[in-house]
Amino acid sequence: MSSRFLELAVVALIALTLLGCERESRRFSDSPATPRGVQTIRQSELQPGSSIPTSGPPSPYDDNAYAVSQGKQLFEWFNCKGCHADGGGSIGPALMDEKWIYGSAPANIYATIVEGRPNGMPSFRDKIPPQQVWQLVAYVRSLSGQLRKDVEPSRADHLFTRKSESSSPKSAPVSSSAPRDTQ
Amino acid sequence: MRTPSTLLLIFVSTVVTALAAAQTGGTRSGEQWPTPAGDAANTRFSSLTDINSSNVDKLQVRFTFSTGLTHGHEAAPIVSGNTMYIVTPFPNALLALPLEDSGAPLRFKYQSNPSSSSQGVACCDTINRGATYSNGRVFFNTLDGQTVAVDAATGAEIWRVHLADIKRGETMTMAPFVAKGKVLVGNSGGEFGVRGWLTALDEKSGQQVWRAYSTGSDRDVLIGADFKPFYAGDRGQDLGIRTWPPGAWQRGGGTVWGWISYDPDLNLIFYGTGNPGPWNPDQRPGDNKWTAGIFARDVDTGAAKWFYQMSPHDLYDYDGVNENVLMDIDIGGKPRKVLAHPDRNGYLYVIDRATGEVISANPFVHVNTIDKIDLPTGRPHYVPEKKPTVGHVVRDICPHAAGGKDWQPSAYSPMTHFLYIPHQNMCQDEEAVPANYIAGTPYVGANVKMHAGEGGNRGVFSAWDVANGKSVWEIAEKFPVWSGALVTAGNVAFYGTMDGWFKAVDARTGRLLWQFKTGSGIVGQPVSYRGPDGKQYVAILSGVGGWAGAVVSGDLDPQDASAGNGWGGAMADLPQYTQKGGAVYVFALP
Repeated sequence: MSSRFLELAVVALIALTLLGCERESRRFSDSPATPRGVQTIRQSELQPGSSIPTSGPPSPYDDNAYAVSQGKQLFEWFNCKGCHADGGGSIGPALMDEKWIYGSAPANIYATIVEGRPNGMPSFRDKIPPQQVWQLVAYVRSLSGQLRKDVEPSRADHLFTRKSESSSPKSAPVSSSAPRDTQ
Repeated sequence: MRTPSTLLLIFVSTVVTALAAAQTGGTRSGEQWPTPAGDAANTRFSSLTDINSSNVDKLQVRFTFSTGLTHGHEAAPIVSGNTMYIVTPFPNALLALPLEDSGAPLRFKYQSNPSSSSQGVACCDTINRGATYSNGRVFFNTLDGQTVAVDAATGAEIWRVHLADIKRGETMTMAPFVAKGKVLVGNSGGEFGVRGWLTALDEKSGQQVWRAYSTGSDRDVLIGADFKPFYAGDRGQDLGIRTWPPGAWQRGGGTVWGWISYDPDLNLIFYGTGNPGPWNPDQRPGDNKWTAGIFARDVDTGAAKWFYQMSPHDLYDYDGVNENVLMDIDIGGKPRKVLAHPDRNGYLYVIDRATGEVISANPFVHVNTIDKIDLPTGRPHYVPEKKPTVGHVVRDICPHAAGGKDWQPSAYSPMTHFLYIPHQNMCQDEEAVPANYIAGTPYVGANVKMHAGEGGNRGVFSAWDVANGKSVWEIAEKFPVWSGALVTAGNVAFYGTMDGWFKAVDARTGRLLWQFKTGSGIVGQPVSYRGPDGKQYVAILSGVGGWAGAVVSGDLDPQDASAGNGWGGAMADLPQYTQKGGAVYVFALP
């Protein structure tokens, strides 16, 4: 066995380990950047003229079970749960169904939390650090099964109210739901 | 054709009308329906007899009118001067329908344009419980906390005052109540850690005359030398501060979002205060005065006369805001001036309205959270094993958080002496959790999952013999009966169901006499009036929603049993029975 091959094998092993560990990794200090300009977030499928692709930032925690479980806890602590329940909705809309009023992309969800929305969603700007907002984004996506099954929470610490996020089927996001009554 | 029994009914109703008019200071004519409850005593009794138990089966739709809105329509269509007024759910438009014109086209639509963000702090759907007519003006509240006076003839705005702050979670959903030149309004937001109050505004100008808080110092609660509560537990200085952990009274709830009644002879108004916040009881040791109780106040000054607390240190979100129906009845052979109050906690209280003494308190639904009400002290005896605690799920709490009965008002007939009570038959599993106070967001601290009570029917419409403290008859309904009740001198009681049926039953026996399927589930308040053509009409708003109907009106996902603060799983089948959409339905005999 040549040393060259050994080197490659070690590198590959490290790479594989790193990849596998993303689910378990705990990043305490990093602070993912806020989306590069909220203007890149689009709420309409229609674009007059030629189509310009949007490129919102990727969700940094979609593969990270620790961040998703943190998000689940923050969802309760920041009283998101008071309005959206365990995803079934209450004062605010359901988050476990296929309907996304303001977009299902991670950057859209981020913007919804930070900017608020006109029919009652409060703006949490400067109230929740960006890293925790991203953890919330990942958890919100898990409510309708948008993440890997081995990343989504598999049990709740509280009263059983729904099948766990990881055992609920993934729903295909549609942006068809109109905002609530406005006049 | 007038049969002898019809003639008898007419005779009786004339006597009853005269008696009722004497009782309420002559404000009732029986021809109009100017306030949601119809009169100051909150009886929801119509003295009209054209429609009666022998001909109600011929009732037909005369006209309908769509509101174009899809949230819960809990308001009463009120009638004054040949015009019907309807205040819609958010965005709280006031519709005026002239009744002399065929089909009642729109005379005017006044847009109050409340803040759209207010929808985010409305705990239980974006409902409104109705407008009130007085002296040529229509008064109503907006979801974002404004009280508005509109010219009843033209729809012009006369005054508007901003009283509640949505940034602190306050909204306004109740119907204003007018007495002695004052418009009485209170706030909602018991699930947002707000501080409850009732405010009296000058009917002419909208200027504040007095405000009485439900927590805080005696000065803020308007407790002074006139305050003579019947029970020792309600006596003492600044109990609105001292029965709370330090500072907790400032976000302690006690909101005033229900009904107000008025006795002109005693010069007193009566109303209930909402639940203490948060629901998690361990975060607020103490009796939590003056939440979950009934205040009697001098209408001129707001000064408290007496207070009775149905649920000291409430454990289950048992608001005390349900209607207080004033009646003069014989109890034990003696005439008594009382109020009857079917409470969220499942007990029906009969209280001496001059003194605040509880004469009787009997459960009108299955209750396993309270053994009994101890009449010498007035206190309920809570069942210890049903107390919600952190880290532990308590199963089968009956009644559930919406109570034996919620806001939906009952009706009282001075002919049968029965109270007609629309209510639930619901229980719940509950786990208390720590509640974080973040202004403008929910402050609850409880995970809740509701289910039907014994028998599986989620609703009941029942007649209650007030003097004898017992049920006379009960009608089981599939869904909670979330509509108000109406009873007439024609021996008919009306109510609606969440699957859309508007029903007329015999007031004495409960026998179903007539029913009509409206376009959506009914959570409104039936009324009756004499139209410009001299005929008697019955009207109801259809349009499902409210806390119990949010599964439909808010598109909740019932796969989460805790959706809608615990209703989700229990109402999972509602969308198969009804869809959204508000309209008024008006009925008459052919």
